Amino acid sequence: MPTLTFIEHNGTEHHVHGDIGQSVMQAATFASVPGIPADCGGACACATCHCYVDEAWVGRLPEAEGSESDMLDYAFERRDTSRLTCQLWITAEMDGLVLRLPESQF
Amino acid sequence: MSLASVVIVGAGQAGFQVAASLRQEGYDGRITLIGDEPGLPYQRPPLSKAYLLGKISEPNLLFRSAEFFMAQRIDLVHDKATAIDRLNRRVLLAGGGVASYDHLVLATGAHNRPLPVPGAHHSGVFGIKTKADADALAPLAKAARNVVVVGAGFIGLEFAAVAAALGANVHVLELGDRPMARAVSREMSELFRTAHEGWGVHFDFLQGLASIEGDNGRACAVVTSDGRRLPADLVVFGIGVIPNAQIATEAGLEIENGVKVDTYLLTSDPQISALGDVACFPCLHNGEQPTRLESVQNAVDQARTLAARLVGKPTPYSALPWFWTDQGDLKLQIAGLSAGYDSSVLLGSPQAQQLSVLCFRGGQLVAVESCNRVGDHMAARKILARPARLSAAEAAAPGFDLKAWEAANRD
Repeated sequence: MPTLTFIEHNGTEHHVHGDIGQSVMQAATFASVPGIPADCGGACACATCHCYVDEAWVGRLPEAEGSESDMLDYAFERRDTSRLTCQLWITAEMDGLVLRLPESQF
Repeated sequence: MSLASVVIVGAGQAGFQVAASLRQEGYDGRITLIGDEPGLPYQRPPLSKAYLLGKISEPNLLFRSAEFFMAQRIDLVHDKATAIDRLNRRVLLAGGGVASYDHLVLATGAHNRPLPVPGAHHSGVFGIKTKADADALAPLAKAARNVVVVGAGFIGLEFAAVAAALGANVHVLELGDRPMARAVSREMSELFRTAHEGWGVHFDFLQGLASIEGDNGRACAVVTSDGRRLPADLVVFGIGVIPNAQIATEAGLEIENGVKVDTYLLTSDPQISALGDVACFPCLHNGEQPTRLESVQNAVDQARTLAARLVGKPTPYSALPWFWTDQGDLKLQIAGLSAGYDSSVLLGSPQAQQLSVLCFRGGQLVAVESCNRVGDHMAARKILARPARLSAAEAAAPGFDLKAWEAANRD
């Protein structure tokens, strides 16, 4: 079971066990990581599950596709490392993935 | 005004969100969340699409884990609220218990408008509202050969797309002259009609259902209002919902197309609020007309506004309404309310199944419908949340780009 680390904007770390095939957003909300409202529940319709992928993981995840990338343009402070976590599906290779939360989702 | 106890009736999207937002706002009193379905609160949108196709598993429907409710001290009560005793500030439960409140929140939602035809009681006839509905429907949808869908609204069409993808013959009966007529423009209806027909869905417009025929209690055919008999081993209907306002009505609260609330989501009783599908509120984005919206956005944003008020931070509810539906590979997103629009500008290409319809009323942009144009939708949400300035003439200029306009016109 891969372990993911979410780091809140204030530095608080959350280590979360994710199931393979689950989305990163689902793993985070199910573990009650604060700061990921995920209003639309994972339909890629709201851009409130935005996280920054840790630099060490850049290039090791599948690229953001069309609608995710379009949505990210409207996420709070998009960076090159921005992802919508509802569109990131957990694989065994993601064990140890580190994600940082933005200051706000709105 | 510190409340010792908040009781929330209804554990759907709105009720759950009120509970979660109260804790986020630092509310420290007692929270009782009463739901009449088994299990933990879950999200409904996937029930008519991804969940039926097995793309979302059962645990992933849940908003939060059981640990969350314990850690946040949210008492989840599985029972049905049968009455409100306003004098003694308590809710009576079907199981015989009572829940006392300092403030009561009605998040009772809505139920499916039943099919008013002979034979509607046969097995194999479904509305889709609860997880139990979807769990019973899923195996039948996979096995069905002939599916009749009654109503070409969001739910009916989402299911039609699922049934077609599963290989059934799908026939949609619709009283109106086009799909999603209440929700979208003629141009957007046309795009979806063409797409569904491409997936093998057959439409019968201006056509109602007269009866459902059964064979040993199981649906086997439907008869249309013009007397044709269509084979149907599965009938799914989505013909609108009725707000669950019964306990509010019986308690003497003001009712107007659901539970009437003010701009702060307060009912005619200052100790009772209502929100979500059941609440009819003066909508700032609809000329302050009494408006009842059935959407995730409405439930979530109203819950946040309400939770903030309950901890002493009152603000009028003002969020921009937005909606989505996923049908096959089409994502339709709507920002704003298009009621009464008098002109429109189209962006994109219906042939490429990428279309945005900008709806204007009296020269003001009031809504944007987007199919597979996520950027337009998000830009529209930004634009519509501000005082409207985009003119129809500007939008109709050759080469107009909504995202670029939004970026160039930020405050």
